[in-house]
Amino acid sequence: MPTVIVIRNGRVIDPASNTDRVADVLIVDGRVVGVGPNLPSSKAEVFDATGMIVAPGFIDMHVHLREPGFEHAETIESGSRAAAAGGFTSICCMPNTKPVNDSKTVTSYIVEQARSKAAVNVFPIGAITKGSGGEELAAIGAMKAAGAVAISDDGLPVMNARVMRRAMEFAKSYDLPIIQHCEDLNLSAGGDMHEGAPSVRWGLRGIPAASEDVMVARDLVLAQLTGARYHVAHISTRNAVAMVQYARRNGLPATCETTPHHFSLSDACMVPYDSNYKMKPPLRSPGHQQAVVEGIAAGTISAIATDHAPHAGSDKMQEFERCPFGIIGLETAIALALEELVAPGKIGLSRMVELFTTGPEGVMRLGRGTLAPGAPGDVTVFSTDISWTYDVNQSPSRSRNTPFHGRTFRGGPMATIVNGAIAWKR
Amino acid sequence: MPAGLLGIEELDRAEIEAILARAKDFQPVQSQTLKKLDQLRGKMIVNLFYEASTRTRTSFEIAAKRLGADAISITASGSSVSKGESLVDTLNTLAAMRPDAIVMRHAASGAPHFLARHLPTPIINAGDGTHEHPTQALLDARTILDRRSRLEGLKVAIIGDIAHSRVARSNVHLLSKFGVEIVLCGPASLLPVELAQLAPGVRLTTDICDAIREADVIMMLRVQLERQHEAAFPASEYFQFYGLRLEHMDLAKPDAIVMHPGPINRGRELSSEVADFSRSVILHQVENGIAVRMAVLEKVIG
Repeated sequence: MPTVIVIRNGRVIDPASNTDRVADVLIVDGRVVGVGPNLPSSKAEVFDATGMIVAPGFIDMHVHLREPGFEHAETIESGSRAAAAGGFTSICCMPNTKPVNDSKTVTSYIVEQARSKAAVNVFPIGAITKGSGGEELAAIGAMKAAGAVAISDDGLPVMNARVMRRAMEFAKSYDLPIIQHCEDLNLSAGGDMHEGAPSVRWGLRGIPAASEDVMVARDLVLAQLTGARYHVAHISTRNAVAMVQYARRNGLPATCETTPHHFSLSDACMVPYDSNYKMKPPLRSPGHQQAVVEGIAAGTISAIATDHAPHAGSDKMQEFERCPFGIIGLETAIALALEELVAPGKIGLSRMVELFTTGPEGVMRLGRGTLAPGAPGDVTVFSTDISWTYDVNQSPSRSRNTPFHGRTFRGGPMATIVNGAIAWKR
Repeated sequence: MPAGLLGIEELDRAEIEAILARAKDFQPVQSQTLKKLDQLRGKMIVNLFYEASTRTRTSFEIAAKRLGADAISITASGSSVSKGESLVDTLNTLAAMRPDAIVMRHAASGAPHFLARHLPTPIINAGDGTHEHPTQALLDARTILDRRSRLEGLKVAIIGDIAHSRVARSNVHLLSKFGVEIVLCGPASLLPVELAQLAPGVRLTTDICDAIREADVIMMLRVQLERQHEAAFPASEYFQFYGLRLEHMDLAKPDAIVMHPGPINRGRELSSEVADFSRSVILHQVENGIAVRMAVLEKVIG
């Protein structure tokens, strides 16, 4: 008996197949069979998407699931359920677990945990260097064989240019993207927020925009030297966006992502000393925020990724300078994109869908991000006009660190279908 | 949020004037034979100092006692902090003992602001990291006003490690609200350009002579080596370029005064001759500290 689900009568937007029309989506046994009007639905489960947008399953290429090692903050199960509640069908998890995902063993552990417990598809990202220590290369080939889809030392940028060059050479030979958290640690040392007027006013140490710019510049030169597929994580500065744009125009396979908080907020929005506004890269000045939005509109920034970074409440209830960096973001990403990018006319709906589907797919090559026949049955259904209020205390995530608690949004996820089964619906 | 005193920035001019006027009332008390009043009899103040301090802690303790309140002082080294208790747990524990106010100094900027969001007890900020030190700015203003009829129109030079100075920030906020012309001066690495946006009327210079010229008040800051995380300036030549010497005083107004929040480092930010010279009001600042803190305690818990 085949498992059949029909998503009925929504506006189907699938940029990969150039589709934008009201239609049904038919999924049989976890695969898309067709998109069209009045598809047969006898013996099928039906989801009525009238008035909603139906898109290929959204991909978040940058999350932290904290397992193994920090299960008090998040697990693969809880994080993946938060992803489903945010409309994501696939997430890629960064390797800064304990132990660091720098080996086949840890990669396999994550793949196995995800297989038995995750609500959405989970793809591990392996470390670039052993222990993300920045010196000795990790077992990149073995991790790829075990299921790693990219390499990164996220949070601990590779400071040594020679090591980064070697890593890029390996990444190229294994055909893996290499993702860098761009931060010159000497320039940013001790910083707690963006270096600018608010940091000086509040007596907090600054993380200059230059610390990001310097690293992006160095890496783009190395990417040119090695030919690696190089990706800038959570881009946040005007210069960094301009440099990636320049590199792309010159034919380099360079890409970048940004986060919902970097296109939605700036240091001018911060509540002083509230650690829910503390993350890396920091919320930049309004000028940098505007440059990020322009980079999205211009196509330089090809993906939105949440950098979902759960931290236990006790870790965030401290003096600002002692609090760890990062906020959770899976459940608010679609709403922020709709409200901050689509509603003000910065981008259209189809472009927004690209940023969550073909954009990250182009970097990670998961074989997803489209509703073409034969594709995995991953579908994100969202509304552009539903009014809802984010209550983080209802979140499936184990952590509560978000600046968006209590915000009322217009538009948000309605249902998440993973491999042909409804993983979440509003 | 209970009414404490977290900073000068959020006070308005009338509130500042009220504290300064009340502090003037308390000035004669300091030289009376019997110094004890009873405005705060039965009240309890906890001084919680997470950073070394002699003058501020003593000054708050004496101010509380001269108003008839009980005061206890806790320093971080002898407390549960060394047992790994978090700041918010320590403060909740103290708050459960129902003091009327907690006077707090902490090395982290914003620590009292963070706590004020979670505690029922009023908090008086006795210095938070490199952010604010409100009672210092109030006592500095009191000291200036003991020698000048008004703050408006004065030129005040603040010289030294501005980047790491909570004294400078609080003074800038206070003086700016009264239309003072403020010149901040120090080595470029300790003088971020964004300081010019801190408040209206602020100008920056790296030239000490430019800063002092025609000044009514010269505030020297301690070189805070403990807050500098790198060698921001060659220490060996600091005094040569940013140390205040007697010959500099010829550039200032003839009756210009020299101030310093203490503790002073003779031969580093000012010469010994300047520290002891007739228009140095450093000890008068210390004396005013008690009167001003009495006024603040009375306002917060009286």
